[in-house]
Amino acid sequence: MSDKSNYIVGVFDDEDILLKGIKQVREGGVKIHEVYSPFPVHGIDDVLGYKRSNLSVVAFLFGLLGTTLALTMQIGMMTVDWPMIIGGKDYLPVPSFIPVTFELTVLLASFGMVGTFLIISNLKPWGKPKLFDKRITDDKHIMAIDLGKNKIEESAINKLLKDSGASEVNLKTL
Amino acid sequence: MVEERFDFTPKAKKNLFILIAVGIVLTVLGIITVSMGGGHHELEGAAGEHAFHWTKRLYANLWIDNVFFAGIALIGVLFFAIQYAAQAGWSAGIKRIPLTYGYWIPFAGILMLVFFFLGQHDLFHWTHHDLYDPSSHEYDSIIAGKAGYFFFPLHGGGLPVFFLARMVIFFAVWYMLFLKLKSVAYSEDLDGGSEKWFKLRKLSAIFIIFFAVSSSMSAWDWVMSIDTHWFSTMFGWYNFASWWVAGLALTALIVVLLKDKGYLSVVNSNHIHDLGKFVFAFSVFWTYIWFSQFLLIYYANIPEETIYFVERWKNSHYALLFYLNLIVNFFFPFLVLMTRESKRHTRFIKVVAPVVILGHWLDFYLMVTPGTLKEHGGIGFMEIGLLMVFLGAFLYVVLNQLSKAPLFAKNHPMLNESLHHHI
Repeated sequence: MSDKSNYIVGVFDDEDILLKGIKQVREGGVKIHEVYSPFPVHGIDDVLGYKRSNLSVVAFLFGLLGTTLALTMQIGMMTVDWPMIIGGKDYLPVPSFIPVTFELTVLLASFGMVGTFLIISNLKPWGKPKLFDKRITDDKHIMAIDLGKNKIEESAINKLLKDSGASEVNLKTL
Repeated sequence: MVEERFDFTPKAKKNLFILIAVGIVLTVLGIITVSMGGGHHELEGAAGEHAFHWTKRLYANLWIDNVFFAGIALIGVLFFAIQYAAQAGWSAGIKRIPLTYGYWIPFAGILMLVFFFLGQHDLFHWTHHDLYDPSSHEYDSIIAGKAGYFFFPLHGGGLPVFFLARMVIFFAVWYMLFLKLKSVAYSEDLDGGSEKWFKLRKLSAIFIIFFAVSSSMSAWDWVMSIDTHWFSTMFGWYNFASWWVAGLALTALIVVLLKDKGYLSVVNSNHIHDLGKFVFAFSVFWTYIWFSQFLLIYYANIPEETIYFVERWKNSHYALLFYLNLIVNFFFPFLVLMTRESKRHTRFIKVVAPVVILGHWLDFYLMVTPGTLKEHGGIGFMEIGLLMVFLGAFLYVVLNQLSKAPLFAKNHPMLNESLHHHI
């Protein structure tokens, strides 16, 4: 991959400092690429100005696909292609089809949702996630700023990060 | 934290009295129409059929409404108990509202006894003396085999001692535990600290265990025994699920309406979201239980079991209500409350909650009516009127008691957590 970019990586020791830092950096007009933390930080998506993801819509659509697939399969097999009477029921015993329909709906909704999540978060098996600092798996919070996407000078961003409470600021090319 | 008190205004009281009065008028109107129709049936009765009397329909309706509201009263206390047993923090600001439903328990208990003695022979086939007499041509060996469950220690056909003892003991213990929970909860507010909270946890656990057994048995006694030959091992859960969803919907509705009136400053859209999730999730749970009971009977196709659904589903008289039951209790809340936004906005809760409450009344209607009234059942003035009377009386008792204490406990140890609830 040749499309490497330069990132300024601010390291934060504490989530409260991080939350204040994010506010200050954004108020300073700097666009944040992403923030990484070893554990979920409450209210961080509000501070970062993230919109709610559409993952639930994806789940609904996959669920709908599962329902359709299950009903088509069962009706196709048991009613259309080779009509069978089982237990004295009609050729189209809808109640008997519901358990399979329910299971396939849940299966496709959950698999579809997990799969979509892995792909959009760049956690897919063939993806190479950007690891800005190994310490995010331990006890440090990382704020990554894409230099190419900001018109502010590097030194100014460095200073802003330091002022916002970053314990160290590094430059990383990924 | 400022103390908040609900003001039960004379206007609100007047509205409830109007609701009850209209309900009584509708009931009388219903009695008149049914008794006129009853005369018509008496002509048909020449063919040897028993004449249908309007009192039977009245008793069936009183029974449905009383069982329904007794359940909601218990669900309120159960909801309160679960919050303590689960150490829930989010609900600290709202849990006094379901707790006050418990004030209806003594009324429900007395009414249950009265209605049983009024309508026992019309409602419960098993109360007929001849069924237990081997020399009678009405003798029913299956019901006679179940006599001990109703009549112990007496012989079948007499006073149902065991049945009545269960009813009385259950109501007495429920009310006792409710009073205890309530008094500790209110003293918790005055004293602060966490000592009372631990005491409530213990009491809550006792209530939940007792409720788990007693609610199932009540469902068998009060509802399942109407179809005496028929049985379902899911019935206790099924009734519980119906009561539970109705109780949750009522709680969500009252919280939302109080919030609209400017009360409950401690409640924000996150708490409403949680209540919406409760209604959504347990509507699905109810459907799961309902369908589990239905599917096994449908699939196994054993006549002694299928009769229950033959009377309800394959009977033109009730088929429409049977489908309506599923639509209002499953498809409607499922589709409307599915998105996050609909659960957070009071507008949607105000539409879904009343529908779900009425829907679960319909569920109880479908459990009781086909077995008691057969083809004479229907939804007319009497059903609507009596539901209004009961709803009015229940709300009067609950709101009256709600106004007598602060709406939330300002010294509750979890209140601070509840204020910071964020989802």
